[in-house]
Amino acid sequence: MTAVFLLAAVAAGCVQASVVLADARWTHRSPAAAIVLWQAIGLGWGLATVGTLIGLATAGQGSGVADGALNLLARLTEGRLSLPSVGLLTAARLTCLAAGLVLFSLLVYILLAAFAAVLRARQRQRMLLSLLAHGDPKVPGALVVDYPAAAAYCLPGLRSAIVISAGTLDLLDSAELAAVLAHERAHVRERHDLVLLPFIALLSVLSWCQAARAAHRAVALLVEMHADDRARSQRPARELATALLRVGAAGGCRAPSGALAVSEPETAGEVAQRVTRLLRPASSLPVPALMLIGATAALAVTVPVAVLVMPF
Amino acid sequence: MDVLWEASDSLTVRQVSGRLTERDLAHTTVMTVLDRLSKKGFARRQRDGRAWRYRAAESREAYVTELMLSALDQTGDRQAALARFVRSVSGAEARALQAALEALGEDPPKS
Repeated sequence: MTAVFLLAAVAAGCVQASVVLADARWTHRSPAAAIVLWQAIGLGWGLATVGTLIGLATAGQGSGVADGALNLLARLTEGRLSLPSVGLLTAARLTCLAAGLVLFSLLVYILLAAFAAVLRARQRQRMLLSLLAHGDPKVPGALVVDYPAAAAYCLPGLRSAIVISAGTLDLLDSAELAAVLAHERAHVRERHDLVLLPFIALLSVLSWCQAARAAHRAVALLVEMHADDRARSQRPARELATALLRVGAAGGCRAPSGALAVSEPETAGEVAQRVTRLLRPASSLPVPALMLIGATAALAVTVPVAVLVMPF
Repeated sequence: MDVLWEASDSLTVRQVSGRLTERDLAHTTVMTVLDRLSKKGFARRQRDGRAWRYRAAESREAYVTELMLSALDQTGDRQAALARFVRSVSGAEARALQAALEALGEDPPKS
């Protein structure tokens, strides 16, 4: 039973940590470290939750969780657990095992489904871009679409693209455009889309859950801040800050019908936070704090794995 | 595709070839491209005697709008499909950002 308690504690701890982390401000000082911690907490939560269910199924058999589950499955396939003769305890065990396996498959499935949906949406974007977009000497390496509103985004992937609307070209000067491009290139180069994917996948089934929404929002903001940091290492921070302000200010005023008219209170203040960070940068977290974050991240993953594998 | 968008009426392959001023493309190349466009749903075609006539399925503006709305939209799978420079901003927030920009001593946006 120790294993079950440990796994349940880790699962609950991960949820609790995500709530704390979503509200934390210190994460903005070292976004990269915080992103690693978020990934570890997400993975740890998944492993521990599935592990708790399977652990319940195998508790008290004197073997490890993984061993016990395999043992139970082997007995099931050999037909030694014929249904009329199983006791209540065995039935409960099998239910827990089934629930664990279903949850595991569900987590894998939503991840794959989210990835497939993303690939489809990108495919459509690429096709439209190949018909509509053109290059522009003002933004080397980016695609320009003739559209009056300010929009800048990147299409990550193996065949990545950075897209800038003609409205943005009019809005920003060349230094600000270079800062925007540096920001988007950081997204493309470091595959930030993959960092966000698990959280978006989770959100697709837990959209009612406040904690899942807060987690996704926090990670998305951290990813933007990390890309800001990358851009800042190449360009003056002020250029990126004014670019953010201009695009942000234009975004609210010139919303195309329906698209941006719906205000998104959950992302309120994010642009201002990023601008403040750029203009008045706080020092990044001290090395001991970063090591603590690294250790916590490692524990969040290794503890559930160890408990699953080791016999108790 | 630009040729189809600019044409008011549907065009045959030969007419499209004739209007492609920039390059001297083989008739079969143009035919293949138009065939692929229609298979992907960007062009519609109909029989006219022995030839196909092609026209754009939607106006250029409609496609630009689709592209940009999905870029500006925050909902659903598109969140993950692309990474936006600035996520959605409410009207009040936009005004606050404008004020911050002016406080920085920057010129107001050019347009």
